[in-house]
Amino acid sequence: MSGIAHMLSDPFQQRAFLAGGLIALSAGLVGYFVVLRSQVFTGDALSHVATAGALGALAVGVDLRIGLFGCCLAFGLAMAALGRRGRADDVVVGSVFAWILGLGALFLTVYTTNHSGGNSSAGVTVLFGSIFGLSASEALLAEGLALAVALVLVALARPLLFATLDDAVAAARGVPVRLLGFAFLALVAVTAGEATQAVGSLLLLGLLAAPAGAAHRLTDRPFRALWLSGAISLGSLWAGLTLAFAVPTLPPSFAIMSFASGSYLLALPLSHLRRRPSPPAPGIGPTTPLGSTR
Amino acid sequence: MTGPATVGQTRLSWNLPGDLHQLVAYHFMVNAFEVGTVTAVVAGAIGWFMVLRRQSFAGHTLAVVAFPGAAGAIWLGLNAAVGYFGFAAGAALVFAALPRSPSGKGFSEESAVIGTVQAMALAAGFLFVSLYRGFLDSLTGLLFGSFLGVTDGQVLLVALVGLASLAALGLMARPLFFATVDEDVARARGVPVRLLSTVFLLVLGLAAAEVSQVTGSLLVFALLVMPAAAAQQVTARPGWSFTLTVLLSLVVTWLGLAAAYFSIYPVGFFVTTFGFATYLLAVGSRGLLARRGRQVRGPLVVAG
Repeated sequence: MSGIAHMLSDPFQQRAFLAGGLIALSAGLVGYFVVLRSQVFTGDALSHVATAGALGALAVGVDLRIGLFGCCLAFGLAMAALGRRGRADDVVVGSVFAWILGLGALFLTVYTTNHSGGNSSAGVTVLFGSIFGLSASEALLAEGLALAVALVLVALARPLLFATLDDAVAAARGVPVRLLGFAFLALVAVTAGEATQAVGSLLLLGLLAAPAGAAHRLTDRPFRALWLSGAISLGSLWAGLTLAFAVPTLPPSFAIMSFASGSYLLALPLSHLRRRPSPPAPGIGPTTPLGSTR
Repeated sequence: MTGPATVGQTRLSWNLPGDLHQLVAYHFMVNAFEVGTVTAVVAGAIGWFMVLRRQSFAGHTLAVVAFPGAAGAIWLGLNAAVGYFGFAAGAALVFAALPRSPSGKGFSEESAVIGTVQAMALAAGFLFVSLYRGFLDSLTGLLFGSFLGVTDGQVLLVALVGLASLAALGLMARPLFFATVDEDVARARGVPVRLLSTVFLLVLGLAAAEVSQVTGSLLVFALLVMPAAAAQQVTARPGWSFTLTVLLSLVVTWLGLAAAYFSIYPVGFFVTTFGFATYLLAVGSRGLLARRGRQVRGPLVVAG
């Protein structure tokens, strides 16, 4: 117990727990819909957009956050526009993604050649993030944005769920499906921008995909899964930070990802146990997972 | 390693034969062109199937997981090849075990699993790097790549791997195309759909792992996606779009290498920018033709 008290007395640890926790919560909530809409690739691309945007801002010499959020929003909306009904498809994301990586390489070169003091590990730091390096003002911004994303997402959850599960019927009932697609990608973009700066694009991808995958396995009820996804994400982050504190050689990103992936792996056998008691009625066909009913 | 910046005066002039002569005046540029040509052909050919099968996310992940594998092997004192082949093959087998959603409609777990595998692999890579120390310098090289320092041995290695994967692809091209375009009918006709999918992902993973060690995963991924995406917008005929994919891939790579030689900016930037411009041009010209009321065939899409 005294170990945990000692850990939490350090201001950098406090920021990591609070800001990181809120980011994990928002990533888990957003991730539920990202997985439901099969848009993890888009989230992955947006996290690299954030990296390239931040490097671009460094290369040009403007505030890092302008490049980060500006690029994320612009590319998020552009990918939504290129896809149908506000959903970017695999090929569009892939092409934009590859170009973004190229731009990142360009900005890294420009930055390292123009700033003799700068070193090439800037890209590495941006890519992997440093959750313990957050300053007080950065942590405050991260907390505010993460909270805002979580609130907006919960407010949009019901129509977004409808539009995701059956976009044709939702459109017929007057739900602005396309607009919701854009709004959702904007939310993913803000999450990606914020999380990339605070915890790194690697952890963002993991927290979008793994907790939501586990939650989808554990329950078919949408709102229960939504909250479960947020909770698993938050729990993985806190458990990972504690483990990384206890075992200093472990990077926090590895510890957090281990818990997130571990929860997914654990959910696989559990979901089989859960589904066994209710065999499909003859003639109706196999029980279909959520969303594939068409 | 001599980069173009240290070679002295390299200037683009209006004297085109002179420029071409300048391009191949240095041995490292000849090697770069050789590796680039092999990569372009192999990535274009595999990428044509990958884009048709809507497996870009899996392709990107396979191109990236080689790095943590290599880092892990080096940390354990093994040959790096053991690590990157092992990780790539492992990830390919995991993806092959996933049930595929028909043409991306409806909910499928596929994207969640791929995302988790990629994040976990990269996190493991970061752990290996921090345990090993001193490997970090080449990290940006592994991620972004610069194939201006390729040795003769690497050229030979890439050529052999490229030939092997092209041969494997050629052997299964017809049934794989059938299984991709109409999975149900193919299965009914006795085509081993599942096996083909697994072998295809293995070929994709091993080729991407090997080539990305030399060129960086960025270039492999760009050449896998962009030329195929552009070509499949332009024509719906499989033979034409396949040929066009390989041609576009070659042109984009050669132009990218030449542009990088005459400037201070990285190859990856030029190749991806030319590739993306080609893709946008293909999408735009399709839209323009459709708006004028002309009958447009294609793009090549898989029946759901």
